[in-house]
Amino acid sequence: MAHTHGTGDGNEPHRRDVLFLATGAMGAVGVAATVWPLIDQMNPSATERALSSIDVDVSAIEVGQQVTVTFLKSPVFIRRLTDEEKAAAEETPIADLKDQNAQNALHPDDSATLKHRLVDPERDFLVMSGVCTHLGCVPVGEAGDFGGWFCPCHGSHYDTAGRIRKGPAPTNLPIPVARFLDENTLKLG
Amino acid sequence: MGNIPQEHYEPKPGAASWVEERLPIGGLISHLQNFPTPKNLNYAYVFGGILVLFLVIQIVTGIVLSMHYQVGDEASFRSVEHIMRDVNGGWLLRYAHANGASFFFIAVYAHIFRGLYYGSYKAPRELLWIIGVLIYVVMMATAFMGYVLPWGQMSFWGAKVITSLFGAIPLVGDSLTTWLWGGPAVGEATLNRMFSLHYLLPFVIAGLTVLHIWALHHVGNTNPTGVEIRKDSIENVKKDTVPFTPYIAIKDLYAIVIFLILFVAFTFFAPNYLGHPDNYVEANPLVTPAHIVPEWYFLPFYAILRAITDDLWIMMIMPFDAKLGGVLAMFGAIAVLAFIPWLDTSRVRSTTYRPIYRWWFILLVIDFFVLMWVGAKPAEGIYPIIALIGTAYWFIHFLVVLPVVGLIEKPLARPETVEAAFNAKHGIEPGSGKTDAEAAALQPAE
Amino acid sequence: MKMIKAALASLALACAMTTGAFAAGGDVEHADVEFSFEGPFGVYDRAALQRGLQIYQGVCAGCHGMKFVAFRTLADKNGPGLSEDQVKAFIAEAGYEVEDESGELIPAKTYDYFPANKGAGAPDMSLLAKARADGAVHIYSILTGYTGEEKEVAGTTLYENKAYPGGWINMAPPLWGDDVEYSDGTEPTLEREARDISQFLMWAAEPTMIERKQAGIRNIVFLLIFAVMLFFVNRRIWANVKHPE
Repeated sequence: MAHTHGTGDGNEPHRRDVLFLATGAMGAVGVAATVWPLIDQMNPSATERALSSIDVDVSAIEVGQQVTVTFLKSPVFIRRLTDEEKAAAEETPIADLKDQNAQNALHPDDSATLKHRLVDPERDFLVMSGVCTHLGCVPVGEAGDFGGWFCPCHGSHYDTAGRIRKGPAPTNLPIPVARFLDENTLKLG
Repeated sequence: MGNIPQEHYEPKPGAASWVEERLPIGGLISHLQNFPTPKNLNYAYVFGGILVLFLVIQIVTGIVLSMHYQVGDEASFRSVEHIMRDVNGGWLLRYAHANGASFFFIAVYAHIFRGLYYGSYKAPRELLWIIGVLIYVVMMATAFMGYVLPWGQMSFWGAKVITSLFGAIPLVGDSLTTWLWGGPAVGEATLNRMFSLHYLLPFVIAGLTVLHIWALHHVGNTNPTGVEIRKDSIENVKKDTVPFTPYIAIKDLYAIVIFLILFVAFTFFAPNYLGHPDNYVEANPLVTPAHIVPEWYFLPFYAILRAITDDLWIMMIMPFDAKLGGVLAMFGAIAVLAFIPWLDTSRVRSTTYRPIYRWWFILLVIDFFVLMWVGAKPAEGIYPIIALIGTAYWFIHFLVVLPVVGLIEKPLARPETVEAAFNAKHGIEPGSGKTDAEAAALQPAE
Repeated sequence: MKMIKAALASLALACAMTTGAFAAGGDVEHADVEFSFEGPFGVYDRAALQRGLQIYQGVCAGCHGMKFVAFRTLADKNGPGLSEDQVKAFIAEAGYEVEDESGELIPAKTYDYFPANKGAGAPDMSLLAKARADGAVHIYSILTGYTGEEKEVAGTTLYENKAYPGGWINMAPPLWGDDVEYSDGTEPTLEREARDISQFLMWAAEPTMIERKQAGIRNIVFLLIFAVMLFFVNRRIWANVKHPE
């Protein structure tokens, strides 16, 4: 075996540096790879992820009735609008709205018309988050100055299409990714 | 800090000095980095570093597991399955924790037998050794409680058997077990307190480890020759030692990676090999497993526990029954370790220079493995006899062999200094480089 | 030093011996059968898992629950690898139902779990393959180990089985061959069925096994390279101590 020169020897500083650097880099990679599972374990588990998409049977909901389902651990309102509620929403000029964006996950850039707020413009299903965009309380239905929803915590008023009209909430109630799989099955997520 | 002369740490003027005047952390770091470590340490001395790493691994994986674990008759088993199946990388965390315990014990046994072989417990390292024995005892308690947490059949029945041991204590036994259980038998209340203590005790181990390392840095490492490094001057210290960083640090790291390869091999390819299949059956107080076996690292002491039976002649003259006898033998087998510094009468530390004791040491190692093997066997046929012989030798070794051999044995010639031993081993010519010509020659024993 | 090395080697050996000793499980006859998931590079056989699912559903589920296995995991790519629609179809065809908030039975969703089955007193199958030493081989051996003899003890019929500890088991032979019609057209012989259900139960007990082994290969390779590098770093750092000029 060849005699290896020590640190006091200037013959091959380059090779030594490369070896030390490479080993240090290898160690850093090892530490990073070890730390990642410790961080990732706090991300949602497969159990949680499995609930990121649910099917809801909506056959039992009557016109003018609202059901609240739990989706992503939060309430989601599913309401079939009456003709009066639809008319009230359609008659409101966009210019009167505090938030003119539809806040619909499927129509991110569209204006806040009723058509863009409904799951299917041909049907009367309004599906939206039941969490006030102010500080996270759950608004009460068929209440408030606009006949839509009213948040009792800090007095935000939403209209019949779930759009913010008065009070501290900054945006309309957001609409999650939702579509009909068939006549009676609504898929959220 | 310690009694080994070391270069004084001078903080740079400015922020470092400002901090140093208020909290001497720079001095502590400098002390740890430059700690003079005997240059002749062999690879038997790497297990301390490995143990520190495994304490960290166990605490870190344990804390993240506790983010998902739940306590409860059904919840515990279910939450462990949730970790195994659904939590991101949960199977890895749990298998690393379970196998980490086993490898922790492999390292601790290697560390203990290294200490026994090289006489690391002898003056002035008695407290260092006794703190080590305490760490080992707390480790066993922690591991036992951890094994209960999945609440499988072995968890439940292991908990039942081990807590019942305390029932053997005269007068208070029954109230003590009821108190331990928090009910008429092992149940949810027992499980819940085991979880609490299993979370607490590792930090006790960490605290004891700080004391262990503090004591070590005060008295300095032993080394394979058992000859103390010269502490009379910094020059002589430098001849016998190397600074911890980089020499020992890089060597420990190399050994750690080799040890991790073994650990990884088990964790990823045979994660259940060291466990028992029955612990994948939910705890059932109505059905006892055919054969209750503790984890492998408890087997030697489990064998000692079972070795004491009422038909032994020694039990005829004892004022208590075999149940208490077994418990006393088991705890005594561990407690005797704490008295080794005073039971060993030898003038030399290292077994390398003890021609007679070395054979008894080999016998002790064999005895340990025989006890481990017989502890996994059913208590029938030839096995109880083997367990009894093994138990007898365990006590004879420490209580008779260690004092007697030390008195009658004539030790072999030892090197005068650590430097001399190191130079002789590596063929360094006396006088060459920085070595001391005088020191290289082997001196005869007194 | 040699002695320490010998001690370490014997420690490893003793661990192997002691655990091996109680893992072996006594005087039972284990069949000589191999599975695709064995070894460090082994993987589950997707077709076998799908056939095994059919056996579970068609034969075992009558008595054995599988409460820790979620339907959604039937879509695992390292597992049976069904499509989401196939999972839904499986649930619908099998008619699995769960209780909703009001206690009414509604069709199970993909995120629900196979039910427990306590009726027959049979063990839950979620972890069966890990709750027995050498589980898949053990299950295969039991299923193919019936001798045809039976006896009655205290009103219970016991069946002789050369793979069962004690030799007599109270589960009637569940498989005979031709118990299900495999949808992939494989001929359902007794051995084929036993192999498929054994593999399926191993997957049910350890669905992350393939992920684990693949990660293990990466880890071992990484550590081996790192160890070699450290060997040279260590040697170089010590060079001026061990070989002073």
